[in-house]
Amino acid sequence: MTSAVTAPAAVVEPVRFWSRERKVGLGLMVAGGLAAAGFGALAGDRPASFTLAESTSGAAVSIDGPLGAVLFGLLGALAGGLLWAPGGRRWFGWLLAAGIVTIVISFLCWQLSDANSNVMPLGQVAQGSMRFALPLIFGGLAGVLGERSGVINIAIEGQFITGAFAAAMVATLLASVWAGIVAAAVGGLVIAALLAVLAIRYLVDQIVVGVVLIVFALGLTGFLFEQLMRSEPSLYNQPDRVPTWDIPGLADLPLLGPVLFRTNVFVYLALAMVVAVHFGLFHTRWGLRTRSVGEHPTAADTVGVRVLGLRYRNVLVGGLLAGIGGATFTLEATTNFGKGMTAGLGFIALAAMIFGRWSPIGVLLAALFFGFARALAFFLGTIGSPIPSQFLNMLPYLATIAAVAGLVGRSRAPAADGKPYIKG
Amino acid sequence: MLANDRIDLTVEPGEIHALLGENGAGKSTLMNVLYGLLQPDAGEIVIDGRPVVCHGPSDAIAAGIGMVHQHFMLVPVFTVTENVMLGAEQTRAGPLGTLDRRRARQRVVEVSREYGLAMDPDAIVEDLPVGVQQRVEIVKALNREVDLLILDEPTAVLTPQETDDLLAVMRTLQAAGKSIVFITHKLREVKAIADRITVIRAGRTVATTGPDTSEDELAARMVGRSVNLTVDKHPARPGEPVLEVSGLAVHDERGHRAVDGVDLTVAAGEVLGIAGVQGNGQTELVEAVMGLRPVSAGSVALLGKPLAGLRTRQIMRRHVGYIPEDRSVDGLVQEFTVAENLVLNMYDTAPFGTRFRLHREAIAASAAERVGRYDVRTPSPQAAVGTLSGGNQQKVIVARELTRPLALLVAAQPTRGLDVGSIEFIHRQILHERDRGTAVLLASSELDEVLSLADRVAVMYRGRILAVVPPDTPREEVGLLMAGVAPGAEPVERT
Amino acid sequence: MTGDPGPTRAAATGPGAATGPGAGTGPGAGTGPAAPPPPGRWSARFLQHLWSANAVTVTVLAIALALLVGAVLIVVSDAEVRASYGYLFARPGDALSASWERVSDAYATLFRGAIVDPAAVSRAVQGDGTWAAVFRPISETLTSAAPLVFTGLAFALAFRGGLFNIGVQGQAILGAVGAGLAGFLLPLPVVLHLVVALLGGALAGAAWGFVPGYLKARTGAHEVITTIMLNSVAAIFIGWVLLQSWAEDPDRQDPISRAAEESARLPRVLGWLESGLRVHLGILLAVAAVAGVAWLLNRSTLGFELRAVGLNPDAARAAGMSVTGTYVLVMVIAGGLAGLGGATIVLGTAYALTSLVVGSVGFDGILVGLLGRAKPWGVLAAALLFGALQAGGRAMQTGSGISLELVQVIQALIVIFVAAPAVVKATFRLREVRTGGLSGVAARGW
Repeated sequence: MTSAVTAPAAVVEPVRFWSRERKVGLGLMVAGGLAAAGFGALAGDRPASFTLAESTSGAAVSIDGPLGAVLFGLLGALAGGLLWAPGGRRWFGWLLAAGIVTIVISFLCWQLSDANSNVMPLGQVAQGSMRFALPLIFGGLAGVLGERSGVINIAIEGQFITGAFAAAMVATLLASVWAGIVAAAVGGLVIAALLAVLAIRYLVDQIVVGVVLIVFALGLTGFLFEQLMRSEPSLYNQPDRVPTWDIPGLADLPLLGPVLFRTNVFVYLALAMVVAVHFGLFHTRWGLRTRSVGEHPTAADTVGVRVLGLRYRNVLVGGLLAGIGGATFTLEATTNFGKGMTAGLGFIALAAMIFGRWSPIGVLLAALFFGFARALAFFLGTIGSPIPSQFLNMLPYLATIAAVAGLVGRSRAPAADGKPYIKG
Repeated sequence: MLANDRIDLTVEPGEIHALLGENGAGKSTLMNVLYGLLQPDAGEIVIDGRPVVCHGPSDAIAAGIGMVHQHFMLVPVFTVTENVMLGAEQTRAGPLGTLDRRRARQRVVEVSREYGLAMDPDAIVEDLPVGVQQRVEIVKALNREVDLLILDEPTAVLTPQETDDLLAVMRTLQAAGKSIVFITHKLREVKAIADRITVIRAGRTVATTGPDTSEDELAARMVGRSVNLTVDKHPARPGEPVLEVSGLAVHDERGHRAVDGVDLTVAAGEVLGIAGVQGNGQTELVEAVMGLRPVSAGSVALLGKPLAGLRTRQIMRRHVGYIPEDRSVDGLVQEFTVAENLVLNMYDTAPFGTRFRLHREAIAASAAERVGRYDVRTPSPQAAVGTLSGGNQQKVIVARELTRPLALLVAAQPTRGLDVGSIEFIHRQILHERDRGTAVLLASSELDEVLSLADRVAVMYRGRILAVVPPDTPREEVGLLMAGVAPGAEPVERT
Repeated sequence: MTGDPGPTRAAATGPGAATGPGAGTGPGAGTGPAAPPPPGRWSARFLQHLWSANAVTVTVLAIALALLVGAVLIVVSDAEVRASYGYLFARPGDALSASWERVSDAYATLFRGAIVDPAAVSRAVQGDGTWAAVFRPISETLTSAAPLVFTGLAFALAFRGGLFNIGVQGQAILGAVGAGLAGFLLPLPVVLHLVVALLGGALAGAAWGFVPGYLKARTGAHEVITTIMLNSVAAIFIGWVLLQSWAEDPDRQDPISRAAEESARLPRVLGWLESGLRVHLGILLAVAAVAGVAWLLNRSTLGFELRAVGLNPDAARAAGMSVTGTYVLVMVIAGGLAGLGGATIVLGTAYALTSLVVGSVGFDGILVGLLGRAKPWGVLAAALLFGALQAGGRAMQTGSGISLELVQVIQALIVIFVAAPAVVKATFRLREVRTGGLSGVAARGW
């Protein structure tokens, strides 16, 4: 079928000078330059050392403080410069990541060379990152399940606190952390059920439902805490901690060892769920139909996919996951429930979902990134750094704002996200 | 309103049957009934001698009917293979329902090869050109055993080359024993490919003929014989040019050139009517003039001064009135009162308000006066405009625009969906405005309306003005132009 | 947003036949038009109207239903009452009377803490007690209500403009910081200091509203996400402020700022009666704000644009309005209002900043805005209701031992029932009537 007529004129996108790559590239160049100059000048005399284990002793990689700061700052600027090169667009993600990593290292060189301790145990920081990331992974996955089907779940915070409360209470009453985890899942499920019914059946706006459910959940758990737990903590609020499983040999692997092999059931569960949801979404019939419902429910309906039923199921399963994420608060991080203990982590989970582009692997990476920021802030606090931890704590939120403002690539939710489906 | 009025349609096996008619003639409604998307009030559907009732698309699919919609039912971010297999997925053995992409892909390749529908099974649908997307829809339908394939305005969005490709595909399908019903308003294609043609007008079957019927005859059947509309029309006294459009190009959302090099001039005291079937660029042209859509190339000038690039508010302040195509979406805020809608674009000018404050009494008084003058049937000017009938809603818009001094009035589909009385009223208002010396740019897919109101008629097809003719040109000729047959064109080759 | 979706546009060109997929009416849309009232007696018609699903009836019944659920929670959470249920079948009377006692005691205390204590009235009349004690509950209610009015208006105004301002909490925090800092950092004379402090709070909140508004206008970034993120940033920010040497209170170990100077504080309205009556100028400012916002919405050109953009951005655009410009302006004003809410708390009751100084006034404000159907005077009524619940809740906490969180639960339930009137209608079998409801902004996504 050859043709003499040329194809219709392709759309010529006007080439703007300040494209996204260039803007980010310039930002990196400036940041890298400032890092090299600033951090280099401020760095102290001592070398910055990084060990791969959990402790500060042992084999370490060291680099002279000022040298490291300058070197890595320049590398960051180089990454920014490469974004301006032709072909920079294709490597945008990698170059941006490289730029951020090098500038962070430059920063660390400065900090370590000038603080109470000049050794950074990366294994410990990695472990901390994972632990901070745990609820984010569960919450983010819950969000993904819902939003991929087209239902917005703002109420992750509410599912967390309900899960945390249920876990603490049932684990204490039945003296079993496993029962606690199951109860947590049920707690998240209840909030998810309310969300599903109000949003899908009664067509209440999903964002409003989410906000109100958060207030409800915080109030309910706070009330029950005051009435039941405060007066009789031994009866209601003293769950055990989940056991730490230490796999000998593997646990001593550098960096990954402590993270993956000297840890608890939640980590395994979280990683398993990431794999499961990823596989499910992209390699099963359920996943294909779910995604179609979230993108173009009418098209799905015309080929016989049960749109509403799928939405219900996915929101409920998401509730289970978020509830389990709540259990990490009271069965892993600490061992009792406190009012409002989730402290907005549900919103960071939402941020992880958006930053991770609504994909399970993206959620994992985003959660680890946010977890790392937290762990880093904590570590800097222990070595007496003058940097206020608050600014690192703001990082996940600022990063998400940058993401939705288009700075980190098109942040596109499933097309039918948030729109209730009304069957003709 | 009866969309389909006792329609009879018979399709033989292995036949390509064209359903020809204008916008609103009832073609799509008929096909939606066949596919189970609508339920008929009377009549029956018989397939292969057996009566069939379709409560939904699944029933239709089971009965061997496949449909390619005018607005594709494809998930944009999925690949071709994923779209084709959705709903009837090939899976591997086991409880997980794991997708067997290889087999699905295989099937796509098989079907596309069998019917000559070249496509890349791994391409993402939203990146594909429209012609290929349509092929995906066709393969999707063919993937389930289909005997009758319905194509709803398939060439509406295709280039001439893509259209030729599609016609070839239809021949292949026919050779494989499928029957095809395709809905269109384009005469050339109908004559090139159809075995039989049914013409529908105003919900009724008006003719069933073969492809050797002349284009004139077909066009006449489609739009009806010349009708003498008695409209009191004083002869036009055109003055200086008011609106000058030169080499205008405008892109639509998908990046295609919806307006592809248009030159036109509207003089004071004259109505320039733009005739044409919906979807040939009229909407984009009007929006570009009003500043609601960016101008890609060319110029628009009002009384000598450039208009392109100005914001809509500035354009309106230069005495340009606008009756938008879709009154409920673009013309009125349904929950606002009649009075508020009457000042929707003038609320911050005297006497209705200052930059900060509204003068409610002035607004109310003006509303009462205008409601009376334009005979808007409403319980009160403070009633929500959404409670009014379509005709009265349109009168509100007309009252809003025509009660301020205008140099140019831009009216798009001004009487769509209205009753006869309202239509007459609005027509009189437009002519009155013309007689006052205002230039009027009228875009309408109602040929009657254009012929009766316009002093000059420009026929638009595929983003271009094919010809500018006087309004007393025989209907059949104009119909031909609307269907894309340029004057003096070669007779159609049968493929 | 309610259970009643607005009319959808017909798909096919030929009306008369049914519509295709994607259109049509949703569930819960009602069982049909209201039966015409029977002719005759005025009282019969009144009852008929009362028992139909209009907004007032639904709200009242929603409150009743929420209180009922609260009662269940009270019963469930009390050890003694629970114990009496242990032998329910042996002596049902015990369980029921124990439940009733507990609940009625709690709610009576709620009432006495929020509105008035009849015993105090009789004491005052007889000369045994003070009149101040009579007015204390109302004073507490108004004190709690004042900041809620501001944050409720902040949400409601943005809502009318088509935006979900979930960032009220963050904007209130910024307002508190702005007002607090102005309160103890600026040496100014009496009236001027208060004005400047309030202004500082409003401007800080407005700035915090500007950011998401600007981002939405320039990049289309959805305001729900950006405002939620900024809430968290604000919470972290105030934590940082409290640790700064120029802000922290030198006499205290815990993170608390210096207190605002006397000259910057909102004066107590009933201070002449008794200094313990906390109601302050803030409530009067709040009412003024309500009137102001009502004027803005209904009588100003900006309000006209705001409402048009909120109801139909396409028509607004075709009529020449700048939709994105309106979004920015709306968020700035809403942020300013929320900032005033935070300022009211700091300058009226708290005086010093702590990380939780604004409490949950932002989220409560969202609920107030929803309950008030996004209308200014409705917001005032809802804020008064919530203020009463909070004042009463405090009394209930100290008097009956029911923790304050119950009030949050009740508040959330009221809003859930109001937002899903179908639930209330089904429960009470109300007749369907075309309600105004929270329509105007259909359910939207990101």
